[in-house]
Amino acid sequence: MSINIRYFASLREKMGKAEDSIDAGLARTVADVWGVVANDTGMPSNTLCSINMEYVGPEHAVKDGDEVAFFPPVTGG
Amino acid sequence: MAVSITEKPFNPWDELQTRQDNLSMAGQYGATAVFVGTMRDFNEGDKVKAMTLEHYPGMTEKYLEKIILQAERQWELMHTLVIHRVGHILPDESIVLVAVWAAHRANAFDASRYIMEELKSHAPFWKKETLEDGDRWVGKGSEG
Repeated sequence: MSINIRYFASLREKMGKAEDSIDAGLARTVADVWGVVANDTGMPSNTLCSINMEYVGPEHAVKDGDEVAFFPPVTGG
Repeated sequence: MAVSITEKPFNPWDELQTRQDNLSMAGQYGATAVFVGTMRDFNEGDKVKAMTLEHYPGMTEKYLEKIILQAERQWELMHTLVIHRVGHILPDESIVLVAVWAAHRANAFDASRYIMEELKSHAPFWKKETLEDGDRWVGKGSEG
């Protein structure tokens, strides 16, 4: 019963790891997930979030088995 | 459509030729619009020695396909090819190729621009530049 978390680019470096996992019972929304992994320090204002590889807002609900990702604005092309 | 993410350097002109030779619609398309993005050796006043491009495997391909499907709904297109580099990149190497084949030029021009702009704002890629005195993440895309 867990939620898997991935970090990319500058946020991966800031967190000091690429992946994480938390108990699904600890979070109701994406913002809750961030609160758990970041010890309730605020999410950087430009952070993008996804669930199962779809962009979502921080208030989007999470469920057991979801892959939640946090990353900075994209800079491809 | 064809979407490819590659760690190896690619020659966009060879890729275009190969793709066009293998299209089964010879005689039908009258317009091909092509955009190639190439790595520069300067950015924001600094010399850039190399670049590392990170991506989110799976989500990147998903969003590139989604962007192309949106373009196909908006314009009448015959074929679309997108190739994007990841990993370690050197100046003058190609970063991205977007090519659109259509019957007429307006659809090809408009769709290729749309795909490129959507790629820059939504596809999960991140550039990190290697400068003379260290590394830095690129903060935002150029003005276009």
